Amino acid sequence: MNRKQERSPLVPVPSGFLMREEDVDKTPVLEIRHLGVDFGGLVAVEDFNMALGRTEIAGLIGPNGAGKTTVFNLLTNEIEPTRGIIMIDGYDTRGRKPHEICRMGVARTFQNIRLFRNMTVLENVKIGLHNEMKYSIGEAVLRLPRYWDNESISDMRALELLSFFNMQDMAGWKAGSLPYGAQRRLEIVRALATNPSLLLLDEPAAGMNPSETVELMNNIRRIRDEFSIAILLIEHDMNLVMGVCDGIVVLNYGKIIAKGSPEDIMSDPVVIEAYLGKADQ
Amino acid sequence: MRENRKSFFGRTILNTCLCLAFFLIVEYMIGAKILNRYYTNILNLVLIYVIAAVSLNLTCGYLGQLPLGHAGFMSIGAYTAAIITTRFSIPDLGPISGEAVLFLLATIAGGILAMVAGIVIGLPALRLKGDYLAIITLAFGEIIRVLVQNIKITGGAMGMGGIGRYTGFGWGFFWTIMVVAFTFLLVNSRHGRAIKSVREDEIAAESVGINLTYYKIVAFAGAAFFAGVSGSLFAHHICYLEPGNFGYNMSIEMLVMVVLGGLGSISGSIISATVLTIVPEVLQTFASWKMIIYSLLLVVVMIFKPSGLMGDYELSAARLVRKVFRKKEETPKLPENYTEGEETDE
Ligand SMILES: Nc1ncnc2c1ncn2[C@@H]1O[C@H](COP(=O)(O)OP(=O)(O)OP(=O)(O)O)[C@@H](O)[C@H]1O
Ligand SMILES: [Mg+2]
Repeated sequence: MNRKQERSPLVPVPSGFLMREEDVDKTPVLEIRHLGVDFGGLVAVEDFNMALGRTEIAGLIGPNGAGKTTVFNLLTNEIEPTRGIIMIDGYDTRGRKPHEICRMGVARTFQNIRLFRNMTVLENVKIGLHNEMKYSIGEAVLRLPRYWDNESISDMRALELLSFFNMQDMAGWKAGSLPYGAQRRLEIVRALATNPSLLLLDEPAAGMNPSETVELMNNIRRIRDEFSIAILLIEHDMNLVMGVCDGIVVLNYGKIIAKGSPEDIMSDPVVIEAYLGKADQ
Repeated sequence: MRENRKSFFGRTILNTCLCLAFFLIVEYMIGAKILNRYYTNILNLVLIYVIAAVSLNLTCGYLGQLPLGHAGFMSIGAYTAAIITTRFSIPDLGPISGEAVLFLLATIAGGILAMVAGIVIGLPALRLKGDYLAIITLAFGEIIRVLVQNIKITGGAMGMGGIGRYTGFGWGFFWTIMVVAFTFLLVNSRHGRAIKSVREDEIAAESVGINLTYYKIVAFAGAAFFAGVSGSLFAHHICYLEPGNFGYNMSIEMLVMVVLGGLGSISGSIISATVLTIVPEVLQTFASWKMIIYSLLLVVVMIFKPSGLMGDYELSAARLVRKVFRKKEETPKLPENYTEGEETDE
């Protein structure tokens, strides 16, 4: 896989976001315009705009209840937006089911881990490969050659993906019996199996100790480089966010209060007041 | 890794031989009158319930939904097939008995009609997240019963007689193998994994590209088809249908068989359907207390082993053979919960 040595400098794009120079002329993998959603009377997200380059790592931060997870749910159409447009690779996602959004190239992990707990690690990854495999129900029940070919290829592919996190030896374990950190990694592997162009990580470092977090940071960069995909992550751990993100969006009460490079965000007084000032870190 | 072509064909040959041996032994016992009419009757009933229970396991155990109208699908299959066999006839074609061909076609037709009904009522119920299916299927079962009672072609409240006694051990065994093989081969494929992922976590499943509605319908329709088949066998076993045959109690009885045997275990369904059919037949006192005992059983199992007695464990003839011949020589590298079960026959 192509590992990029040198990354081009960040330049501003019209949405007010910074993007790698090499990505500017390409269709952004994600473009959000005036996105908003109401839950009854509560305006959970309001006028959310951003663009994401093809191989960019961006962070979405903000205090608890700011609406970060809601943004992810909107991106995957788990929740239908009230207002605004979401474009994946230039295609509007409106009216599509979450499984169709996945096929458009968006994969995600969940804040509260959602694995197929009673199934094996290998099966979890192979469910991620579901749409890569091409054989019908008839071919499956009659065990025709296409069944065997597809299954053996996806077995190899699943093990290859697991080996990315050095988890190939756990292939036969029940997912629910894995240690916590491995469950988080498996969720990422399962998401990668769907061959996404955009990976959404909801608090991937939650519950991890500092050394695991450092390892995760390296892994996030490795994922971007080896799979050449964009990553949008929600995280409360500032070391991780500042360490891996090219650009950061700060959300408070459903509104973007700041956008920019980690350095800009760190020194932004609005952010410090709304977020960093209140947090213990 | 999970199963390769070679080991699969090996196991298929092994299981085919076992099934054939079982079939020939039972056929011989029936022919030699070792099994009298009373016992063959029970045997047929066992197979009919095994087919119904294994198919119900598809929606209950693998898909993780709670359908309460399985008897409704059996009813559709039963009446459809009975109407066809009582009104049409096919001439014998050389050695092929026309009666058998007609019964086969009628049973398939019964299954297909039940499946269509399954899709029609499943579509609105399964598009929604949550337990709408329980309510809708419950209503469906009752509607079918009332409908059957009030239309002419099914004989109304009087019932429908004159149905040929076509269901024998051969047909029962054939369809049992069909439903077991279909279920086993389906659940161990990408489609089956998708069905199981819906049970495990709907939101996660759709996030990795699983079309929830499609796979819910596939599982539900497949189950309805075999319920229809089992209904047809039932009709041609008791030869006289009345609307009360396929009531709410029957749906619950089958649910008990599946839950007791193990949600997601084909062998579990087979064993518990067998036991729960034989016991009330043999012990008449048990029969009158049946529903109370079933309810208690269900509560006890739900408290102590919610996944059923067998969980999702499968009996496997191939594994047994391997154990006997190789003993401890190769310790499994994978943890004990890694199963690659192939069905053994009864
Ligand atoms: N489906 C929903 N229906 C109603 N209200 C919701 C729904 N989902 C989220 N909310 C509300 O929207 C607000 C934002 O929630 P969200 O989960 O997006 O926060 P978050 O930024 O991810 O917080 P955290 O850091 O705690 O995960 C909260 O007030 C929450 O109660
Ligand atoms: Mg959240």
